[in-house]
Amino acid sequence: MSDWVEQPLTWGNVLIYAVLAVVFLLLILGYVTYAILFERKVLGWMQFRHGPNRLGPWGLLQTVADVLKLLIKEDTIPRKADRALFILAPALCYAPSFAVLAIIPYTRELYFADLNVAIVYYAALSAISTIAIVLGGWASNNKYSLLGGMRSAAQMISYEVPLILSIVGTVMMTGSMSLRQIGEAQGDWFWEWNFLPQIIGFGVFIVAAVSELNRSPFDLPEAESELVAGYHTEYSGFRFAFFMLAEYVYMFAIAGLASVLFLGGWHPPAPFLDFVPGIIWMILKMAFVIFFLFWLRATMPRVRVDHLMGFAWKVLVPLAILNVFVTAVCLELFIKG
Amino acid sequence: MSEENKREAGRQEETAAAEQQSPPAAEQTEPAAAEQREPANTQEVSGTEPAGAGAEHPNQPQPDTMPEHPDASASDKPAEPAEPAAPAAANADAPSAPAGEAAGAGAVDPEREAKIKAAQEARAKRLAAKAAAGGEAAPGDAEPAEPKPPSPKQPWLDEAVELLKSEVHPEAVEEAVINELAGDMPTITVKAEHWRAAAELLKSHEKLGCNYLRNVTGVDYEAHMEVVYFVINLETKREYAIKIRTDREQPSVPSAVPVWPSADWPEREIYDLLGVDFPGHPDLRRIMMPDDWVGHPLRKDYVPLDPEV
Amino acid sequence: MIRTEELLLNVGPQHPSTHGVLRIVVKLDGEVITEATPVIGYLHRGTEKLAESLNYTQIIPYTDRMDYVSAMTNNYVLVHAVEKMMGIEVPERAEFLRLIVMELQRVASHLVWWGTYLLDLGALSPFLFAFKEREMIIDLFNELCGARLTYNYMRVGGVKWDAPPGWIDKVRDFVPYMEKQLKEYERLVSGNEIFLARVKGIGKYDAETAIAYGLSGANLRCTGVKWDLRKNEPYSLYDRFEFDVPVGTNGDCYDRYMIRFEEMRQSLRILKQAVEQFPSSGETMGKVPRAIRPPAGETYVRIESPRGEIGCHIVSKGKAEPYRLKFRRPSFMNLQILPKLLVGETMTNLIAILGGVDIVLGEVDC
Repeated sequence: MSDWVEQPLTWGNVLIYAVLAVVFLLLILGYVTYAILFERKVLGWMQFRHGPNRLGPWGLLQTVADVLKLLIKEDTIPRKADRALFILAPALCYAPSFAVLAIIPYTRELYFADLNVAIVYYAALSAISTIAIVLGGWASNNKYSLLGGMRSAAQMISYEVPLILSIVGTVMMTGSMSLRQIGEAQGDWFWEWNFLPQIIGFGVFIVAAVSELNRSPFDLPEAESELVAGYHTEYSGFRFAFFMLAEYVYMFAIAGLASVLFLGGWHPPAPFLDFVPGIIWMILKMAFVIFFLFWLRATMPRVRVDHLMGFAWKVLVPLAILNVFVTAVCLELFIKG
Repeated sequence: MSEENKREAGRQEETAAAEQQSPPAAEQTEPAAAEQREPANTQEVSGTEPAGAGAEHPNQPQPDTMPEHPDASASDKPAEPAEPAAPAAANADAPSAPAGEAAGAGAVDPEREAKIKAAQEARAKRLAAKAAAGGEAAPGDAEPAEPKPPSPKQPWLDEAVELLKSEVHPEAVEEAVINELAGDMPTITVKAEHWRAAAELLKSHEKLGCNYLRNVTGVDYEAHMEVVYFVINLETKREYAIKIRTDREQPSVPSAVPVWPSADWPEREIYDLLGVDFPGHPDLRRIMMPDDWVGHPLRKDYVPLDPEV
Repeated sequence: MIRTEELLLNVGPQHPSTHGVLRIVVKLDGEVITEATPVIGYLHRGTEKLAESLNYTQIIPYTDRMDYVSAMTNNYVLVHAVEKMMGIEVPERAEFLRLIVMELQRVASHLVWWGTYLLDLGALSPFLFAFKEREMIIDLFNELCGARLTYNYMRVGGVKWDAPPGWIDKVRDFVPYMEKQLKEYERLVSGNEIFLARVKGIGKYDAETAIAYGLSGANLRCTGVKWDLRKNEPYSLYDRFEFDVPVGTNGDCYDRYMIRFEEMRQSLRILKQAVEQFPSSGETMGKVPRAIRPPAGETYVRIESPRGEIGCHIVSKGKAEPYRLKFRRPSFMNLQILPKLLVGETMTNLIAILGGVDIVLGEVDC
C-alpha cells in the first residue's frame, strides 16, 4: 500500500485510490454498525442486563434494523428552521470525520497518507465538525438546540487545546509530526511505548479526547435528561444518523490516534509475539480504547458545564504544558547529551 | 355511578328522617327504592339494604367481609353500643337479617317486605327504649355520661385562648374545644377579621411559638365555609388547629402567607377549588385547574359547565 | 453595547427529568435562572371530590394512586385516620404486617429516587441497579397482595391479606442481601468526584427557611432539624423498634442524598427487628362494624412517608362517606420552595435540585 501511495499521480492511480477509499468507507460503516451494537451490549452487561438480543442471533442485526428505521423515517424540517444550514449541518459534521482517517497508519505499510503535519491536519479538520454542531443547533430554531450547540462549541474549543498540547510531548520525542514515524519510533517492548514516558500526556490526552468526542462524562451537548437531546433535538431520520455516524467515526479516529501515539501502534507488546501480524495488534489496541470509552459511559455521572470549562483551562492545559516542559528538559539532559 | 350514589344517599337520608317520624312511611319508600334496583341479583339486593355500608356494586367489601368474618354480622348487635350515632346503629341491624339468608334467591318481594317490616319494628322498639332511658341520641348510648378527666392538652388550649383574648382582641375567639377524635387537638375558632393578628401571635409569642404550619384545609359546610390551619411548635410539640369561619357568598379569609410562607400553595388550592379569597396573598391564582376554568369544583353545589367533563 | 434578552424556557410537562408532569416556566439570563415558576395540576384527578361520594373502603384504591411510588403509606394514613376516629383496635399481627410493608415500601421508594436522581445527573447504571433491587421488593408485595404498584392492601381495622407461608422468611433473607448491595452502591457513587461536585453546596437553605416553608422528610432533616414523625409523633408500632433518624448539617443536595441513603439502612434495621418480633399467629382484621361510619367530627392524622409528612384530614358527619377528605401531601408542600431555591442557579443545577426534593406528581396534584 505504501508503494501505491508513493507513486506519482496518474488517472489510473486516482481510480485505485477512489476504489480503496470506498472500500475503506464500507469497512468504517461496518465498524460503526457493530460499535453501536457493542456499546449497547457492554452497557447492558455492566447494568446486569443483556442488551439487545432479539434481532438476529445475539442481537447482531440490531443496528441494521436501527439504520433501516432511520432511513425510512419522514424527513421533517421545522417550519422556521434555516433550511440550507439545517441540511448542511449533518453532512458537514460527518465529512471531516472520514477525512481525518486518512492520516492514521494501520501498519508500517498500510496507510493512506503519510503527511508530515498529520497532527495539525487532525486538529484542523476536527474543528470543522465543531462548526457543524453549532450550525445544527442554530438552524433548528429551537431554544434547547441552541443551548446545546453553544455548550458544545464552548466545550470542543476548550478541549482542543489540551488535546494538541498533550501530543506535543510525543512529537518532541520522535522529532516528527508524522503519525507513521511516531508509530515507527516506538520500540518492541511495551515499556518502550510512549505512554510510559509520556504518562502525564497520556492522561491529558485521554480526558481531552473523551471531551472532544462529547461522550460521557462530558456529554453535555447531548445531555438527555437536561436538554432533551441538545443540538440534535430536531433532527430525525437519516440526518440524525449522520450525527451519530460522525461521533462513532471520531471514536475510531481517536482510538487510532491513541494507539499510534501512545500505545505503540502496530508493535507487539513483546518481540517474540511478532508472528501475530501488526494489524491485529492495532485492532486490539483500538478495540481496547473504544471499550474504555464505553466503560466510562456506563460508570460516570455527567460533569457540569462550569466544572467542565474550569477543568479544561485550569487543570488540563497546565498539566499539558508541564508535560511539554518536562519532556524538553529530559530530552536535553538525558538524550541529546 | 354518581346517580346511584345520590339515590343511595337520598335513600339514607330518607330512612334516617323517616325513622324519627313514621316507620310505616319508611316502609313504603324503601321497597319503592329497592324495586327500582330489582333487575340485579340478590347480592345487590341484600347488599343495598337500608344504609348498608353504602354498597352499590356486587363486588363491594360487604360481600367480602361476610365469609371472612362470620362474627361481624352476628356480633353486630353487641358492637352497636360503641357507635354513637343512633340511626347508624339501628340501620346496621337490618343487614344481619338478610345476611343470614343471603343464600336466598329469586323474587323475594313479600319476604323482603316482611323483613323490612321486622327491621323497622325492631328499630322503633330501640328508639322507644332509648327515649325511655332518657339518654341522648348522641354519645353515651349504653352508659350514662361520666365526667371525663380533662385532657393533658387543656392547659395549652386555655393558654392560647387567654393570649388571644388579651393580646389580639377580646372578641377574637369564637370557640375553643379539645377535639378528642383528633388526639385531643386544641381547636380554636378565630374570627376572620382578627386572624392575621392572631397568626402573628401564634408564631411569635414565646409561649406559643408555633412556627411550623403543617396543613391548611378548606371545608364547605353548606351554610358557611371554613378554613382550618394546623400549626405546631416543633420543639415543644404544642399544636393547634385554628378554624376560621366565613360566609359562603363572598368567602374571604386574610392570608397567612406573610406569617407562614408554607401557606402559599395550600391557600391557592383552597381558592381554586372552593373559591375562598385570601386578601394579602402574594399570588392568588388557580393552581390545579386550568386558568380559564369557571367555578370551584370542590364546592358542594358545583355543577360542571360541561357535563361531559 | 451588547444587548441581551431574557429567554423564557419551558421545562416540561413532558421532559425526561421532571419526574412526572411538572412544568417549570423558567426565565433565563444566559444560563442563569432569574425566575422559576412551577405549574402543576396536570395530574389533578379530583380525588378529594370523588372521596365525598365513596365510603372509606372504596377510597383506599384512590390513595394508592396519589403517591404511586409509595402506596402503602398512603393506604395507611387513610385507614389510620378512620380507625382513630372510630376507636378501632388493630390486632398485633395486622399491625406488624402494616409496619413491615411500610418499611419495605420506604426502601423501594428511596431506591426509585436514588436511581432516577443519578440518571438525571448522567450516570446511567445506578438506575438499573436500583430497579433490580426494587424488583425483589415488588415481588414480595406481589406475593402478599397481588399487585406491584397499587396495592389496595390495608383496610379499616387491619389488612386484607395475611402473609403467605414463607413470606416472612423471604423478608428476613432480603435484609442482609440489601445491606450488602447498599454498601456496594455507596462505594460506586458516594465517593465519585464528579457526583460530589454536582451535589455538594447545591440548593442550600437553612433550618428557618425549611420550617417557614413547611418542608418535611429529608428536606427538613437536611438542615439539622431532627423531626421524624415515626419518632416524634409515634404511630403504629414504631416505638417498639430501635432505629436512628439521620440528620444533615448543611442543608444542601448532598445532605439530602446521604440522609435518604441512610434512611434505607435504618429501614432495613427496623425490618430486621420486626421480622424477629413478628407474631406467629393472629388475626389480620380487627372488630370493625359492618358499616364503617366514623362519628361526626373531624380528625387530622399524619405519618412519615418517604417523602415527608403525609396527613389526612377527615370531616365526618357520621355517614359512610366523608363529608370532606383532605390529604396533606408532602410533595405538594415541599415543592413550594422551588422558586426560591432556583433563583441564581443554572439549568443543570435545576435538575439536581429538583431531583433532590424528591417529588411524585401524583401526590402533588392529588
